[in-house]
Amino acid sequence: MIQIIAFYLMAAVTLVSGFCVVSARNPVHSVLWLILAFFSAAGLFVLMGAEFLAMLLVVVYVGAVAVLFLFVVMMLDVDFAALRQGFARYMPVGLLIAAFLAAEMILVSYAVATNGAAKDAVLPVANGGSDVTNAEAIGRVLYTDYVYFFQAAGLVLLVAMIGAIVLTLRHKPGVRRQVIMDQVLRSPKTGMRIVQLKPGEGMDQ
Amino acid sequence: MTIGLAHYLAVAAILFTIGVFGIFVNRKNIIVILMSVELILLAVNINLVAFSAYLGDVTGQIFAMFVLTVAAAEAAVGLAILVTFFRNRGDIAVDDASMMKG
Repeated sequence: MIQIIAFYLMAAVTLVSGFCVVSARNPVHSVLWLILAFFSAAGLFVLMGAEFLAMLLVVVYVGAVAVLFLFVVMMLDVDFAALRQGFARYMPVGLLIAAFLAAEMILVSYAVATNGAAKDAVLPVANGGSDVTNAEAIGRVLYTDYVYFFQAAGLVLLVAMIGAIVLTLRHKPGVRRQVIMDQVLRSPKTGMRIVQLKPGEGMDQ
Repeated sequence: MTIGLAHYLAVAAILFTIGVFGIFVNRKNIIVILMSVELILLAVNINLVAFSAYLGDVTGQIFAMFVLTVAAAEAAVGLAILVTFFRNRGDIAVDDASMMKG
C-alpha cells in the first residue's frame, strides 16, 4: 500500500515539475524544477529497486549537470522575456502534437506491458534475479560483458571535457603568457651577451 | 492492485511528451531546449530501468548508465557552445543563429 502511495506521489511530482521546467517564466526556476524532477525520478528508481542508478542520478544530474545549468543561466546576462515571445503562438500546435504523442506512447506501452516479454512479472527485480545487491549485480555485468563500452564511456567523457575547455578557453590580448617551448629552446648564445667594458666608462645599452 | 510495468511506462511516456512539448514552445530559448532534452533522456532512462527491473535483467540499467554518461557530456558541450555563442553575439536567441550556414 505504501508503495502505491509512494509511486503516485513521485510520479505526480516528476510530471508536474517536468511541466514547470518547460513553462516557467524564469530559467533559474526552470533549473530548480529540473532538480526536483530528477530527485523524484530517483525516487521512482528506488521504488523499482535500482538503488545504484538512483544515487547516480542524484550525484551526476543534480550534483553536476543541474548545477552547471544553474551556473550558465546565472552567468549569461540575457533578457529572458524576449526569448519567451512565440510561446503562445506555438502552444496550440505543441499541445496537439504532445497529446497525440502521449496517447500513442501510452497505448504502445500498455500493449507491451500486457502482451510483451514482461507480461508475467508482477514485482520489479533489480538485481538480475540473483541474491546479490543491485550495485554488485551491475558491477558483475558491467566489468565483464560491457568492459569495452565502459572504457568507451570514459573516452566520451574525456572528449567532452577537452571539448568544453577548448570551446570556452579565451586568450585575452595583452596578457603575457609563459611559453614553455621558448624557455626550453633558450641557449647561451641567445640568452646572454658578453660585453667588454673599458675601465672608468659606463655602458650604453 | 499493484504497480506494474505499465505504470512506469506511462510516466516515462508523459515525461517524454513534456520534453517534446518544451522544445516546441520554447523555440527561442536554447537553455530551456537543452533542459527539455535532459527531460527526454530522463524519460528514456525510466523506460530502460523499468524494463530492466520487470524483466529481471541488469543490462537495461547498464544501458541507462551509458545514456547518463552521454547526457552529461552533451550538457557540458552544449553549454560550452552556448557560452561561446553568447560571447560572440551578446545574445542567445537561436532563431537568428544562422551565421553558421555554409
